[in-house]
Amino acid sequence: MTRQIVIPGEVIFAGEDYLPGEGTEKRKNEIISLIYGLAEESGKLVKVIPLSGVYHPRRGNVVIGQVENVTFNGWVIDIDTAQTAFLPLMEVPRYVNKEGLEEVMDIGDMVVAKIFGMSKRGIDLTIKLRGLGKINEGIILKINSNKVPRVIGKEGSMINLIKENTNCNITVGQNGIIWIKGDKVEDELLAKKIILFIAEKSFISGLTDEIKKLIEKEK
Amino acid sequence: MTKEFQRSDGRKIDELRPITAKVGVVPNADGSAMFAFGDTIAIAAVYGPKKMHPQHEQDPVKGTLRCTYNMLSFSVSDRIKPGISRRSVEISKITEWALEPIIMIDKYPNMVIDVHINIIQANASTRCAGINAAAMALAHAGIPMRDLVSSVSIGKLDKQLVVDVSKHEEDWEEGEGATDIPITMTSKGEITHMQLDGKISIKQLKEAIEIARESTKKIYEIQKKALKEFAEEEKND
Repeated sequence: MTRQIVIPGEVIFAGEDYLPGEGTEKRKNEIISLIYGLAEESGKLVKVIPLSGVYHPRRGNVVIGQVENVTFNGWVIDIDTAQTAFLPLMEVPRYVNKEGLEEVMDIGDMVVAKIFGMSKRGIDLTIKLRGLGKINEGIILKINSNKVPRVIGKEGSMINLIKENTNCNITVGQNGIIWIKGDKVEDELLAKKIILFIAEKSFISGLTDEIKKLIEKEK
Repeated sequence: MTKEFQRSDGRKIDELRPITAKVGVVPNADGSAMFAFGDTIAIAAVYGPKKMHPQHEQDPVKGTLRCTYNMLSFSVSDRIKPGISRRSVEISKITEWALEPIIMIDKYPNMVIDVHINIIQANASTRCAGINAAAMALAHAGIPMRDLVSSVSIGKLDKQLVVDVSKHEEDWEEGEGATDIPITMTSKGEITHMQLDGKISIKQLKEAIEIARESTKKIYEIQKKALKEFAEEEKND
């Protein structure tokens, strides 16, 4: 499967054989790209993956956000998107006293959550799964959301490399916010340094080898 | 006209000034581009889509495109007063109207896309350079668009139509004087913007549109190339 760079308005495929997916449109019998990015075809479905721009939330994404406000039935979370995200009380996997929502999470707290629904009104979050919930300690850093796939690597190869070498637990939010939690502050800072290096030098070839070199040097 | 028309800078009547186009020039913006017609240099930076503030300006039906055109004080030989002016407000609005038909703004209710266009050096056709840069910057920002737009100014110097007027030509005073017609088109040749102040016959205006169609095609190819080159650099696995 080949990936090609397309610009808005460009014809990706002509003919009746293909179906328009995300970021594309069908006009007469041509599949036309709507966004600037990489066009991909799988099983007759054509879609375009954006290369740049702001983070576009999707259902199923794990994101990290900050509590912006506490309401009577949940929390308003800032996940760095134009739409506001809401974590309802119902989506918390334990008993919460309705009078004391602040005791569970207060304004300014960071939380790992999953997007389970999106509507015109906003984004709905949940923390009912494993690995989700309030962040109590560690380091939070922010990178460009387009660099997230680079930090994770193919099937998590890059993130696992960092995890093994720094003995840190790292959670990468699809919105570009990353949580690092290790036993020692030095480990956390090393992980932070590596991630920022990836975000900055994401375009170089042989990135994995470069990272290995960096780890060797720092140890 | 029997004698070949002579342009002050020796260009052919349908010749554009050398064009430079570059994507990703503003690292902090969500999308950015530079576009230059010879000495006229425009930089466009796109921020958003983001939540519209002030809140009473939010539109729940569709998003808002907000353009700001600004000529920097050192962009012309006589320093101009910085800040908004009658002219810059007009061009900002014109740019919005030129770009709106191609942007799928209805996907972003209650949101705003900010486009800041700065002219760092001016030698006429600044609004065209601004629109060209803005179109590329919007694409770079990952905003869904039906097509790309390209803009060119067609000038009527006395009775002769020329492509991409320079400042010197804009001040033409012989015969009927100079008329400047900035035209913006999609890659398919659909007009999204056209301005005209001056005198021109309907027949000649139609001619001008045809010339613009040819010129915008050339500009479109350059914009396309700049976007693809930038992606190529970024992609390398």
